[in-house]
Amino acid sequence: MLISLFVACYNDTLFPETGKAVVTVLERLGHTVEFREAQTCCGQMHYNTGYRPEAIAVMKHFVETFRDAETICVPSSSCVSMMREHYPKMAKDAGLELEIEALLPRIYEFSELLVDKLGITDVGASYPHTVTMHTSCHSLRSLHIGDRPERLLNSVQGLNLVQLPAADQCCGFGGTFAIKNAEVSTAMLQEKINAITSTGASICTAGDNSCLMHIGGGLSRQDTGVKCIHLAEILAAREPLTNQEVAVQ
Amino acid sequence: MSAKTDILKSIRQSVGEDRGAELPVNRDYCTSLGLDPEAKIHLFIDRLVDYNATVYRTDHAGIAATVAEALGVRGKRGLVIPSGLPSEWLPNGFHFTVDRDLDYDTLDAAEGALTSSTSAIAFTGSIILTHSPAEGRRAISLIPDYHLCVVFESQIRETVPEAIRGLKDRRTSPITTIAGPSATADIEMMRVKGVHGPRTLDVIIVAA
Amino acid sequence: MSIRVGEAAEAPDFRQAAHALLANKQVRANVRRATETIRNKRANVVGEMPDWEQLRDSGRAIKRRVMRNLDNYLEQFEAACTMAGGQVHWARDADEGNRIVTQIIQSHGQKEIIKVKTMTSDETQLNPHLEANGITPWETDLADLIIQLGHDKPSHIVVPALHKNKAEIRALFMEKMGLSDLGTRPEDLTAAARTYLRERFLRVKVGYSGANFAVAETGSVCVVESEGNGRMCVTLPEVMITMVGIEKIVPSFDDLEVFLQLLPRSATGERMNPYNSIWTGVTPGDGPKEFHVILLDNGRTKVLADEESRETLHCIRCAACLNICPVYRQTGGHAYGSIYSGPIGAILTPQLQSMEHSQSLPYASSLCGACYDVCPVKINIPEILIHLRSRIVENGDRGAAERIGMRMAAYTMSDSGRFSGAQKLVKIGAKPLESLGLPGWSASRDLPAIPKESFRDWWKKNKQ
Repeated sequence: MLISLFVACYNDTLFPETGKAVVTVLERLGHTVEFREAQTCCGQMHYNTGYRPEAIAVMKHFVETFRDAETICVPSSSCVSMMREHYPKMAKDAGLELEIEALLPRIYEFSELLVDKLGITDVGASYPHTVTMHTSCHSLRSLHIGDRPERLLNSVQGLNLVQLPAADQCCGFGGTFAIKNAEVSTAMLQEKINAITSTGASICTAGDNSCLMHIGGGLSRQDTGVKCIHLAEILAAREPLTNQEVAVQ
Repeated sequence: MSAKTDILKSIRQSVGEDRGAELPVNRDYCTSLGLDPEAKIHLFIDRLVDYNATVYRTDHAGIAATVAEALGVRGKRGLVIPSGLPSEWLPNGFHFTVDRDLDYDTLDAAEGALTSSTSAIAFTGSIILTHSPAEGRRAISLIPDYHLCVVFESQIRETVPEAIRGLKDRRTSPITTIAGPSATADIEMMRVKGVHGPRTLDVIIVAA
Repeated sequence: MSIRVGEAAEAPDFRQAAHALLANKQVRANVRRATETIRNKRANVVGEMPDWEQLRDSGRAIKRRVMRNLDNYLEQFEAACTMAGGQVHWARDADEGNRIVTQIIQSHGQKEIIKVKTMTSDETQLNPHLEANGITPWETDLADLIIQLGHDKPSHIVVPALHKNKAEIRALFMEKMGLSDLGTRPEDLTAAARTYLRERFLRVKVGYSGANFAVAETGSVCVVESEGNGRMCVTLPEVMITMVGIEKIVPSFDDLEVFLQLLPRSATGERMNPYNSIWTGVTPGDGPKEFHVILLDNGRTKVLADEESRETLHCIRCAACLNICPVYRQTGGHAYGSIYSGPIGAILTPQLQSMEHSQSLPYASSLCGACYDVCPVKINIPEILIHLRSRIVENGDRGAAERIGMRMAAYTMSDSGRFSGAQKLVKIGAKPLESLGLPGWSASRDLPAIPKESFRDWWKKNKQ
């Protein structure tokens, strides 16, 4: 299958390993990945901050870039949520209703693509670490991502998945909220950090590097030793297992 | 211009004059639980007990004796009653004061009130008063600290919608719904039962 | 005409207020405990409803119907209430509403009223107005009594005194009620309030309430409560005054079957609140001999004008959105500078004030969406927050620097060549950014290391 990657602007710039990991996983599964270099951003930051005409301009560019793509993979639930929740309304203002209506069903968040479209949960990864999963608000309440990430993680060899307490609570990122209301954002982050460290996990993963940038920034500042890694990077990993871990499997 | 004219004008400016057809309201929520009669009564009793109400069951002939029993348990010598309460509900040996516009201080000093009811809701444990002559005016089931209420099995509805629709003829009477004694959680979220309304509620359920 | 929403117009912005509140460990602990308790109870009693989503849809549909024909429903209510012996007044704003209340009280030569909890009178600041006119308002809801005796401000829509603990309340009661001794349990404090208020319930001649619902079809008014103070206030006085926001209308009596299920489960996590009082005009021989309803606009008709945020007026004041909100959880209600706090306050307060004040409130949210999920009438609060942000931007109220920055970012993001150029700038900026940090961000969070190579550069090198 030819899969077109929309990597998301912040992944492109700040988290290129996530994009590479998506390519690794999909190619390992026998698919062809294309990257349309014209791509930029989904417009979420503009839209959520109240800059709607600016967001519409960015959306138009997205539509032009991906108009004829068959299957689009996005390793960021918040971008997919932006598209599904807000593009239809913005499309009316932009006169792009038909294009958006045609495009949306072809857009998949990364774990949706694997589980729903490709029908796979075991992607042949091995990652011998204790991992906890942060479910971003967009994946939880907008995409209703459900247990897809957990099913993928449970199929990873050597991986010990531990439940994050109060998993439905927002981490406090919220885009520009993290800066405009930095202190409240930080107080919310502290609860998330406490929850994460209580699990004993050495790795915190998610389908959104936006939350992870915020959570990871706090985990690092507090020297917790816990690292944040995007789900795709775990699924791309093939770390050797010790004999003991192989035996457990 | 009057305030009314201004406000209506402002609404019309905001929503426009051309409203089209009235918007539809889908009402596909539950109106019935499909319980058999005894299960319905049990559900109602469970809810009442959950609110700390004491529940008695009897038949029509046993009402007076059950009133006597409830008063005995509570150590009461007499109650206020509404003027329309059937006299055969009243046991001998107790003092019943008919409410003929009793003043509030008298009601405040009374040991309690005995009233009938209009209907009840099993699912929420609610008793509905519409203050008919057998239920009395609102003040008598409010000011005294004890309320003994008679509910007939045939008056028990399953759900809120069933009960609200059943009020058809009583909609413009004063209506009070009661689900247990008054309560507050305003202090540190700790639930305290019994604030201003009657702190004790007993219910007599009468078989059809 | 001046629209007043409590003291919101004079309140500091959210960020400033939050700064002070975040330092108050006790308030934060109280807020956390209270909101967790209610939200768990709510989850239990909502979870047992097989038809919860249908009820929410019906509640929303009824409210949409009301808003579209609000003028007709108000006139219908007025006619029905008048026919039943009630007197209906209309108030354009807070001052007009307050004046009508004062006139009614003074026309009976009275100097006191008993009040049952109502957000609307906090909105119009009725109490200070009455006091200035020599009238004493007695708050009778336990929490409101605590607030009133302590000259405090409510911090939650349903449990306004949740920021106070029982030791503080005990000290307050002993001082203000003149008690030489008082137990320490909530039961003791509640009993003290019962005794203190009972004398007033039996004596005071004028009662005052808000309304949860006003039924157009029958002219009935409904007050939902738990403590019995509502029943006292609406039953015992000779004169009854109810001030109600015009959006509280429901078309038919049977519509109550929807809201009397949605409201208690959402607000206090009960299957049904202990008491509901519904009354229609005056009933000879039962209750007040005179009944006045004041229909209050105070900015609501202007909120109606914006179709994208009109559903803000659907709110039934259950406060489920406060209890679930991770932002409210950290700050409590006082940070919102308005009697309407939490997510609903963040959208309602600025709109009532025609977006002239409280402009920091639409930004007081991480847009996590939990409020929308729990709203019993499905108000899409995150969507409205975003919409209000765009209104603030359109008004040019966000400052030139942000506007220019956002425009430039959009210009950059509409072209991959420009975007790729900007990525290189980020790399150049990486060093100073890492050493100086990013204002706001870096106080608590490290920045990620800026990678040497963007994804697109890697792709060009390795995959093309």
